[in-house]
Amino acid sequence: MDLLDMTAAELAAGIKSGSTSAVEAMEAVIARIKKSEAELNCYVTFDEESARAAAAKAQSDIEAGRLSGPLAGVPVAIKDNMCTKGVLTTCSSRILNNFVPAFSAEAVRNLEKAGAVMIGKTNMDEFAMGSTTETSAYGVTRNPWNTEHVPGGSSGGSAAAVAAKECFFALGSDTGGSIRQPASYCGVVGMKPTYGTVSRYGLIAYGSSLDQIGPLCKDVTDCAVIMEAIASHDSKDSTSMNRSDTDFTSALNDDVKGMKIGIPATYFGDGLDGEVKNAVMKAVGVLKDKGALVEEFELGLVDYAIPAYYTIAAAEASSNLERFDGVKYGYRAPDYEGLHDMYKKTRSEGFGAEVKRRIMLGSFVLSSGYYDAYYLKALRVKALIKKAFDDAFAKYDVIIGPVAPTTAPRLGESLSDPIKMYLGDIYTISLNLAGLPGISVPCGIDSRGLPVGMQIIGDCFKEKNIIRAAYAYEKARGRFPDAGERMAD
Amino acid sequence: MAKTYETVIGLEVHVELATKTKIFCGCSTAFGGAPNTHTCPVCTGMPGSLPVLNKQVVEYAAAVGLATNCTITRDCKFDRKNYFYPDNPQNYQISQLYLPICRDGHVDIELPDGTVKAVRIHEIHMEEDAGKLVHDDWDDVSYVDFNRSGVPLIEIVSEPDMRSAQEVIAYLEKLRLIIQYLGASDCKLQEGSMRADVNLSVREAGSETFGTRTETKNLNSFAAIERAIEAEKNRQIDLLESGDKVIQETRRWDDNKEYSYAMRSKEDAQDYRYFPDPDLVPVHISEEWLDEIRSRQPEFKTEKMKRYREEFGIPDYDINIITDSKKTADIFEEATALCGKPKKVSNWLMVETMRLLKENGMDAEDISFSAANLAKLVNLTESGAVNSSVAKEVFEKIFAEDIDPDKYVEENGLKQVNDEDALRQTVEEIVAANPQSVADYKAGKEKAIGFLVGQTMKAMKGKANPEIVNKMLKEILSK
Repeated sequence: MDLLDMTAAELAAGIKSGSTSAVEAMEAVIARIKKSEAELNCYVTFDEESARAAAAKAQSDIEAGRLSGPLAGVPVAIKDNMCTKGVLTTCSSRILNNFVPAFSAEAVRNLEKAGAVMIGKTNMDEFAMGSTTETSAYGVTRNPWNTEHVPGGSSGGSAAAVAAKECFFALGSDTGGSIRQPASYCGVVGMKPTYGTVSRYGLIAYGSSLDQIGPLCKDVTDCAVIMEAIASHDSKDSTSMNRSDTDFTSALNDDVKGMKIGIPATYFGDGLDGEVKNAVMKAVGVLKDKGALVEEFELGLVDYAIPAYYTIAAAEASSNLERFDGVKYGYRAPDYEGLHDMYKKTRSEGFGAEVKRRIMLGSFVLSSGYYDAYYLKALRVKALIKKAFDDAFAKYDVIIGPVAPTTAPRLGESLSDPIKMYLGDIYTISLNLAGLPGISVPCGIDSRGLPVGMQIIGDCFKEKNIIRAAYAYEKARGRFPDAGERMAD
Repeated sequence: MAKTYETVIGLEVHVELATKTKIFCGCSTAFGGAPNTHTCPVCTGMPGSLPVLNKQVVEYAAAVGLATNCTITRDCKFDRKNYFYPDNPQNYQISQLYLPICRDGHVDIELPDGTVKAVRIHEIHMEEDAGKLVHDDWDDVSYVDFNRSGVPLIEIVSEPDMRSAQEVIAYLEKLRLIIQYLGASDCKLQEGSMRADVNLSVREAGSETFGTRTETKNLNSFAAIERAIEAEKNRQIDLLESGDKVIQETRRWDDNKEYSYAMRSKEDAQDYRYFPDPDLVPVHISEEWLDEIRSRQPEFKTEKMKRYREEFGIPDYDINIITDSKKTADIFEEATALCGKPKKVSNWLMVETMRLLKENGMDAEDISFSAANLAKLVNLTESGAVNSSVAKEVFEKIFAEDIDPDKYVEENGLKQVNDEDALRQTVEEIVAANPQSVADYKAGKEKAIGFLVGQTMKAMKGKANPEIVNKMLKEILSK
């Protein structure tokens, strides 16, 4: 078996048994990056020598018995909006083109404790705002399945790196679908945990009440293993939950007999691509064949999710991004007359168009006279959407639908029409508004040769239900073809 | 005939809380560190950092709210106040707008004519302080020191219930007393741990509606507040008298020039785009927690005065001064319990302590001596072991270094000499050496004996018992 075809869990077992090593795994990743990175551009920061040195240190620690975590020696890629001590962290923005954090994000530290070895920092939409990884200040990332197409976003670099085997797994962040949608477009597994499960400390905030870190990986087993490693109660994050039920691998039991699955009819109506619809329905059929009880139902308020989401996320972003002002770190405009002018020029030159659009939108909905009409109303919609899901989860263990209305669009198609791009988030953003966990699992390939993802949604703190369903489906589905085969040509 | 005007004043008072650590991180709040040494990623607004609320801030704020008769908001929230300024590292201040921790309170102030007036409190909210800009005019650059960034503050907002500078000072003194008694802050205006912004308008006497108000900032002492109120009142009346309008604006007081100038008008008022901070969860104050805070409330001045009258039988004048600070009240109670002489303890506090505080430019809060050593000194004087002039000297040592007076008197040989035999030789020498004074006394000039007592005391290095010396001199001279 080619080393690069191994999952993270398989590689960890191989390193543990001595059949391979952290160094061999990193060398394989480096070789792959050298081969495909010029075309794909998955990474913003990749330093061959420090990756090599980190792998060598991990291997010697493993051999000396100092490192024995579940991911010991496994190379990982980190989305560039998570702080990494001593390593450039840009959020794919010009305004952070020189920002080197003094500390690492809690999720990154948890991975280090589990033994994972960082390769580099992956490309993303600037400040996670976008659905295509085209808003990055450091170039677009291309989809390994077809380089004329986007990898999705905002965690597009992480998803593409996993699909192209430029890493064994990656961390992403999900504010409105930013893990699940690129996972779907790139044919990998991606999960957004329940809000509060993974610490946000060190995640550079976009929409604080919606942001959540999660894994992008090769299969559901890896997803459960990584989730166990990164989930933690963190006293540095006031919104972090203290959970005792994070033994996610216990749900890898290939048993969905009697599991109640709800299919929201509204998720399969107008606007959903026929091929995506068929692939998802077929996957639901697989679970039904394995003994799950499937029922269609009406999920309310779906149409209100997008306006509510873009109001809340933009409002929070407009405030979260105020700290990027050229005073303390990051980009500062070279020529200015006084403080005010410095602020203006720095932010005008430092931020890209999509970020500016959302800052303006957010500033507007929070401004006096509009706060009640927009922001408060959006918060009320958010509460109602949560209620609609509560009602659904009173009846169902999981809800299944598509991840995105279509497979990956061609490069350049989405940015020309931002509203259309926003509408593409329709199936994913409700989960962020309601705080729910969701997983994207590859369930088909369309006629253009692009992967389709199925989204399995659980109630808050019920990741195990979605892992159970996803794992059972994956077992029945068998090995999913990967983009790596194309890359090897 | 000239119109008469009424002044209407409301105050916004910021109080820096006496917590050891900052409101949203574990950094020290201590004064005087080198720039940016009491900082961390949270209080310097680094990307990815998150605030975590210091519970002590909630307890202090709720305690102040209880003491000022406020309703405590059981589920209060923090909001972000967005504005760009380099001393504000995130470019938003975490404060409370929509659900402040305390609302609808009042404090009673006593007016010079003896009547009591309630000044209503609109709200008290918690917030973080900003950093400090240091301008280097030589190099034409500015630096930021974030040591104060994230120091906890409460802002106490009154209703426009005050009508004169005297009422304002009475209100501020009352607040300060309450907060000092709670130990929630040292409330020093000069050092900025208490800051008052004055909202003031004038209206024709008898008018029901308010005039246009201004807000005056940068008031660093009670005296400055009084001067600024007088000046602003006169400025507004002059405007109205000359047919002009008062403009709603923020003004900055310059106490050296005794003049305020406009900082910004309502038109330039910023839209702070307040919204609930999503990084913080609502603060739930349970019944149990509130009971706990309530049970720790100290006995305040009013109750203390009443109890002292009944328990210690010392004059009201003394009681008023001693209870003006929890510090002096605590020392009084503890020292009295140890020596059983309330009036003697009170005298030391009212006379010598107050004199030394004034001389050293200190507040009662700065007192560092222990009640135990004061009690020992009272015992030493009561037993006649030291005379009063030596006692004063010893007290200065206690005040400055909190020395043990028993030890100090022993080690420095300051015990009063009461032994007549030991004194007789010195007294006789003085009499022999001062024939003129002796003659004066015998000629009826009774004052002359004072000189002789003084000479004897001097010869005895102050340790002689002056009463015995006096008695002995009279005996000798009448022979």
